[in-house]
Amino acid sequence: MTQIEISDLLKQKVHVDAVVPESDAAQAWIELQPDYLLACADVLRSDPALYFDHLACLSGVDLPEQNKIVIVLHLYSYPFEHKVVIKYFTERKTPPLLLNNQIDKTQFPIFPSVSGIWKTAIWHEREAFDLFGIWFENHPDLRRILLPPDWEGFPLRKDYTLAEKYHDIQIEY
Amino acid sequence: MKSDFDLGNIDLPNRSHEKNGESQVIVTTITDLLNWAKKSSLWPLGFGLACCAIEMMATNAGHYDLDRFGVFPRGSPRQADVMIVSGTVTFKMADRIKRLFEQMAEPRYVISMGSCSNCGGPYWEHGYHVVKGVDRIIPVDVYVPGCPPRPEALIGGILKLQEKIVGEKLYPELDGLLNLGRK
Repeated sequence: MTQIEISDLLKQKVHVDAVVPESDAAQAWIELQPDYLLACADVLRSDPALYFDHLACLSGVDLPEQNKIVIVLHLYSYPFEHKVVIKYFTERKTPPLLLNNQIDKTQFPIFPSVSGIWKTAIWHEREAFDLFGIWFENHPDLRRILLPPDWEGFPLRKDYTLAEKYHDIQIEY
Repeated sequence: MKSDFDLGNIDLPNRSHEKNGESQVIVTTITDLLNWAKKSSLWPLGFGLACCAIEMMATNAGHYDLDRFGVFPRGSPRQADVMIVSGTVTFKMADRIKRLFEQMAEPRYVISMGSCSNCGGPYWEHGYHVVKGVDRIIPVDVYVPGCPPRPEALIGGILKLQEKIVGEKLYPELDGLLNLGRK
């Protein structure tokens, strides 16, 4: 199915506001409202015309000039062999540097987690949390995956600055 | 009855003295003997972290054999003499490397294999997660350059370590004391 057919199906099955009218882009993608995200993901996964059962990639993007944080999903369907790109945006917030035990969720940009629908999202969302500081609602195990657990900061943000040392080892070359 | 061990007409060397219990005598110094023993059986804790580990495995394998140098990989740091740090050292791994190095018994040596453990390698400029050289964590004896170093280069690094071991003194603190004026 083409991207336009998929977005029409989503508008029809979920809600007419679920799909944001997309801007022109070189590679077609569907932008969803985060409020309707879980319903749309359910339709994408289980609708017999779509059946996107493989989440190939979930990655985060930091756009400071538009003041937005984006999550990009690449979905693939094994039975029908078609793929689609889904994006959802939220407002960019700056979380605190050091993650101690008391994490205040409101300081992070929040998305609902799609790990209930595609299990690969568990690790991909942990990576987005680790490197961008994005909080995922209802994630079973949201903690750092690549960096050490007492690392300060979120490195893939555009305004990230290196600390001086980590555990008395100099970070800079 | 023809024996299976019939070698025909071959001149075997006369080794009857070995069966008598008379043996040949070698005179050496304790330092040389201990250094020879140390260098001839370097048992590494093969610390394969990334791509250099593949080259280290290739060096251990049949084509570029390391076993002929007495190099025999061990799994535990308690049983190892040398730690070959092969691969990128991240900050998450840095604590573990320090702990494993402290668990090795002396005399212990470290070979830093490849660019990443020498100086941070290709991640020197933007690598926020990479320790720029394992010598920021543990003392290194031999650096083997390359990305990854060829098996011959790693063998060369081990031979260099053997040269370093040969030059070691047993009691360096008594060096001047027992000199007795000899040059």
